[in-house]
Amino acid sequence: MSIDWNNYPCEDFYDELLQAPGQARAAGEVMAADLAALGIDELTARQEAANVAIKEMGITFTVYSEEGGTIDRTWPFDVIPRVIPELEWRRVEAGLKQRVKALNLFIDDLYHEQKIIRDKVFPKEILEKSVNFRPQCVGVDPPLGIWAHICGSDLVRDSDGTIYVLEDNLRVPSGVSYMLENRLVTKRVFPELFEHYAPLPVDDYPSQLFDTLAALSPRPAEYPEVAVLTPGIYNSAYFEHAYLAQQMGAELVEGRDLFVDSDDCCYMRTVDGPERVDVIYRRVDDLFLDPEAFNPESALGVPGLMRAWKAGHVALANAPGAGVADDKVVYAFVPEIIKYYLDQDPIIPNVPTYRCMEADALQYVIEHIAELVVKPANESGGYGMLVGPASTQAERDKFISLVKKDPRNYIAQPTLKLATVPTVIKHSVEPRHVDLRPFILSADRRQVTMGGLTRVALRKGSLVVNSSQGGGSKDTWIVPEGAGEGPSTSSQQQSQS
Amino acid sequence: MLSRVAENTYWLARYIERAENTARIVSVNANLLLDLPKGIAPGWRPLVDITGANDLFNEHYRDYGERQVVRFLLGDERHSGSTMSALAAARENCRTIRDIVPREAWEQINGLYLFAGEHLQKGMTKTGRHAYLKALITSCQTIAGLLDGTMLHDQGYEFMRLGRYMERADMTTRIADVRSAALLPDADDLRPYDNIQWVSVLKSMTAYQMYRRSEQIRVQRGPVLRFIFQNQLFPRSVRYCVEHARVCQERLPRNEAALRVTLRLARLLDGAEMARLSQAELHAFVDDLQLGIADLHATVAETWFPPPLFPVEAAA
Repeated sequence: MSIDWNNYPCEDFYDELLQAPGQARAAGEVMAADLAALGIDELTARQEAANVAIKEMGITFTVYSEEGGTIDRTWPFDVIPRVIPELEWRRVEAGLKQRVKALNLFIDDLYHEQKIIRDKVFPKEILEKSVNFRPQCVGVDPPLGIWAHICGSDLVRDSDGTIYVLEDNLRVPSGVSYMLENRLVTKRVFPELFEHYAPLPVDDYPSQLFDTLAALSPRPAEYPEVAVLTPGIYNSAYFEHAYLAQQMGAELVEGRDLFVDSDDCCYMRTVDGPERVDVIYRRVDDLFLDPEAFNPESALGVPGLMRAWKAGHVALANAPGAGVADDKVVYAFVPEIIKYYLDQDPIIPNVPTYRCMEADALQYVIEHIAELVVKPANESGGYGMLVGPASTQAERDKFISLVKKDPRNYIAQPTLKLATVPTVIKHSVEPRHVDLRPFILSADRRQVTMGGLTRVALRKGSLVVNSSQGGGSKDTWIVPEGAGEGPSTSSQQQSQS
Repeated sequence: MLSRVAENTYWLARYIERAENTARIVSVNANLLLDLPKGIAPGWRPLVDITGANDLFNEHYRDYGERQVVRFLLGDERHSGSTMSALAAARENCRTIRDIVPREAWEQINGLYLFAGEHLQKGMTKTGRHAYLKALITSCQTIAGLLDGTMLHDQGYEFMRLGRYMERADMTTRIADVRSAALLPDADDLRPYDNIQWVSVLKSMTAYQMYRRSEQIRVQRGPVLRFIFQNQLFPRSVRYCVEHARVCQERLPRNEAALRVTLRLARLLDGAEMARLSQAELHAFVDDLQLGIADLHATVAETWFPPPLFPVEAAA
């Protein structure tokens, strides 16, 4: 059975492939035609092939089960790639670089002179109540003055097609390995589509990441010793830690593999004896990094690591304390932050955000709570937030009292009508909502992944894209102009074969 | 190479080897029993004796029936030596060192683990068993081959081989010990079956065909014992395993203590006159070897592996 795009219901939302039922967008013409020619039976077969490939490749993520144990689940993936025209992407790329540059200047300022506070652009009380500000980091000068070397920013597209930044993840953003694996799986199951599109490659991310990390090395050496510090196999992102270490040819270490000696240098325990480490890509949260400086109970960290970092004997990426800018209330100030440090207007807008700490905004949020999404400052994974239109009166009342009690800790945003992308749902193709997490690397230069990780809410109408809550993912294709346009001759050849 | 990674690599190989060996002894026993007259057949208990896990077995099962023993050896997750447990442990070890294990090998290990679990019920039936075990054994061999053929032959590789040879040496001594126990009364009319017993000892370690090629005499106790303990060329003989464990250690730093223990083991093997050992002497000899292998493991761990997270209990 072939796919009839005329029956594809995309009138209520911005669909990235089709502008109206039966009518593909310019960049999606070949894709729509190719998918239609494949037919739903073949598409379903490809989906099954992809599921098998993912299971065999052992692409997993870990979820915490109710019994207290952990389950290693295979990664949910939808085969239909998401197409974004390169011209549009180049603007997004510039916007992300601008944003991360400003955020790094902001963090560095907060741990030094705090000019932005003195100039009354950023309120002092927000910093005072920030749970991610680390007094231990005040006055530290990390290499190149950069704190957030790896940033994952979440982008969403609203019903008019505008792309917004929804949040910035500056602590230990994850997902990039799935972006890489999704591409690999798509190559296996859709080789012919690749020929039509030639999407821009994403596979150079691991080497770019290695270069970024190597640029931070305190010892000028051709091959600095780089290690990825993981909390261990029970961490939900362990797959990614191992994957990146493997792809970079770096050591994957746990806290107990490392120690800091009396010379304030960090060493690995190896078969040959101790070996000095130059750069640590740490995937352990600040508070668990060093039991001497932070949580004394932490068994994941390395005693003395902060000492070694402050002495400049080992580089940490991201730097401890970078999370101060990874806060949904700080997020609300990013346009001002960009203006302040770069004297530029933001290229990618923020989602309009009500800062509950401001009296007018608080009043508005309380009155319109049923239309808004209310988020606490420091939760991730979609936890602890209220989606107004989907909430009960009791939930709304609870949130109103929460927000009133601690307005600094909350922001509210209008409920976005997230864009959709065609998705294989039980032997048919239906629109599902998506977001996008590109990754931005910063060291001696800034680089943005071509596309990023597209997450898709697999439940009909759902806006929750987190894999721990029923979300899936898609391969994301940034396609050069003209690649996906015009009549496709080879798709006819294909239907004959 | 990180000490922790060295340890995981070593155990990865040991667990894969353990899964394969367990699958082999189950498979061979099933065949052996078909060849022996009903009244005198030793049944399934010797397999549990080989693993040495009799206490655990008795705790959970009433008798040494076929179904019980096969379940215990293949599917029982409470038994750390069952193929399922060994494969789960191998996969878990591999998961922690995915950065050094070639991707194809990881996929194979992961696939084997999934296969073993999905087909376990069928694998425990009389009719499904042969195909199941054969698939397990082949897959273990594939993993060993993939690792040999695609992994860097660096320190990690030496630890992997070290683990493999030590597990194999350990298993070979156990099989020989249990399987060579006189299972038949000394009566002339049972002679033909005596032959079958020694054939099965060889087959438990896939040694039958190579024995014939190498020894060119009929299958009998003395030459068989010599072959599986002392042959320098057969990759499952104890001597071969010890020699190759030595070669691995030669390529590792700070190897003095481990080499000393290994050479002691080699001398013990070379000095034995296998054919002249009575059954009791053989048993004592195997005990000595087992102690030596345990000592070697302890020395390897102390030299190259990280300090244990929790102090090891003296009884364990």
